[in-house]
Amino acid sequence: MSETTGPLKKTPLNQVEHELGGKMVDFGGWELPVQYSGILEEHDAVRNRVGLFDVSHMGEITVKGPQALELLQKTTCNDVSKLDNGRAQYNGLLYPNGGFVDDILIYQNAPNDYFIVVNASNTDKDYEWFAQQAQGLDAEVKNVSADYAQLAIQGPEAERVLQQTTDADLSSIKYYRFGNGTVDGVPAIISRTGYTGEDGFEVYVSPEHAPRIFRKFVELGAKPCGLGARDTLRLEAKMALYGNDIDDTTTPLQADLAWIVKLEKGDFAGRDVLQKEKAAGPPRKLVGFEMVDRGIGRHGYPIVDGSNEIGVVTSGTHSPTLKKAIGLAYLPLDKSAHGSEFTILIRGKETRARVVPTPFYKRAK
Amino acid sequence: MSTPEDNRYAKSHEYVHVEGDIGTIGITEYAQKELGDVVFVELPQVGSQLEAADELGSIESVKAVSELFSPVSGEVVEVNEALADKPELVNTDPWGDGWMIRIRLSDPSEVDELMTAEEYDEFVEKEAGH
Repeated sequence: MSETTGPLKKTPLNQVEHELGGKMVDFGGWELPVQYSGILEEHDAVRNRVGLFDVSHMGEITVKGPQALELLQKTTCNDVSKLDNGRAQYNGLLYPNGGFVDDILIYQNAPNDYFIVVNASNTDKDYEWFAQQAQGLDAEVKNVSADYAQLAIQGPEAERVLQQTTDADLSSIKYYRFGNGTVDGVPAIISRTGYTGEDGFEVYVSPEHAPRIFRKFVELGAKPCGLGARDTLRLEAKMALYGNDIDDTTTPLQADLAWIVKLEKGDFAGRDVLQKEKAAGPPRKLVGFEMVDRGIGRHGYPIVDGSNEIGVVTSGTHSPTLKKAIGLAYLPLDKSAHGSEFTILIRGKETRARVVPTPFYKRAK
Repeated sequence: MSTPEDNRYAKSHEYVHVEGDIGTIGITEYAQKELGDVVFVELPQVGSQLEAADELGSIESVKAVSELFSPVSGEVVEVNEALADKPELVNTDPWGDGWMIRIRLSDPSEVDELMTAEEYDEFVEKEAGH
């Protein structure tokens, strides 16, 4: 089904994915599995047992030097000074207009020594943006994406499986923390983070070892999962997808990410815009919705009020956990209250939906 | 799974199985695999008139929505009510319990213009090949 527009990039796990029966698609120029056995089955494995994702297409950038913190503080909206060694932080890399260059994860190895994980399709753009913003600062920015493969092992049994392969004490790595250890005998960064709303780890290893480790996790019971399940899982947990829910035209406040906006931390790109939006209220807000009528509101479907287009669906799917149609949409602030109903045009047909609290799914602690 | 030889096939991956003047329409094994887990099938009302190649409904899988087209013309005489509660029948038994609608053929000669099982298999091989 994928269109050939040039050679697709392949992760170090490409051959393994073919061997395991992955149904490969073009995902932003990368050949990756959309599913193996089926999205519902894979989704269920992550919610109830353990699933395994290849996320090696994600980019990695390091920022080091005496003014590394200064560079990150002026380019992002969250407060990077709150990080400690061994902690990770979700953050927004912003343009001066308040729109997202990208949403990123920042790991602090040591003061002024950061490892940053970025969206695959934004890697070059992010690197160039950091490099440009670093001019005049004593901070070195490097794109080290080719040095790392990334495996996400996710689900309630992720710790049990991963622990059998590592010398690190996983019980001591709490949520949004990371450690360095070995996995199957080779050096790895082990981070208790993920994009599924479930407990789990993201493991960064050298590309040549990734296929062996991937197979090892599978042998130990982790179910290989594709991009399809990754999308249903992240959407149930209401984790934003760059290019769908957020982009360079949406601010973190519009995207309902006020918790990563720290206006008091000092100046940063987009701060003026965010300050105004905070005072006056953003013009629109990203909300969660459920379908009232039958159907699924999907990415790009317009939201209408009579003949006026008043918003847009940014993500939508069938929720395997809740067994109903859910999604995210931008609505005008005055129409974004929980319980308000609105109309999505699904292929020309007016279909009712209702604003609901998010996340749609939250795991029991 | 082999493609049943007593059906005829459209390029949009629907099949029609004809008995007398009644055609049973569904989607093929290849189509259900391409779609993945089906979660919702929207079908026409009994009594509606369809022309060949008309949109007869839509099918939602977890990952995407696809339109369904009628391979033949005629009046819808029955729709598969079981799909409302069990849309996964399209995945598990596309040739049998996963059928979608039954239509009273208004022009049985249209059936001859559709692909045979052998032709359809060749067509799919070409479409899937890179």
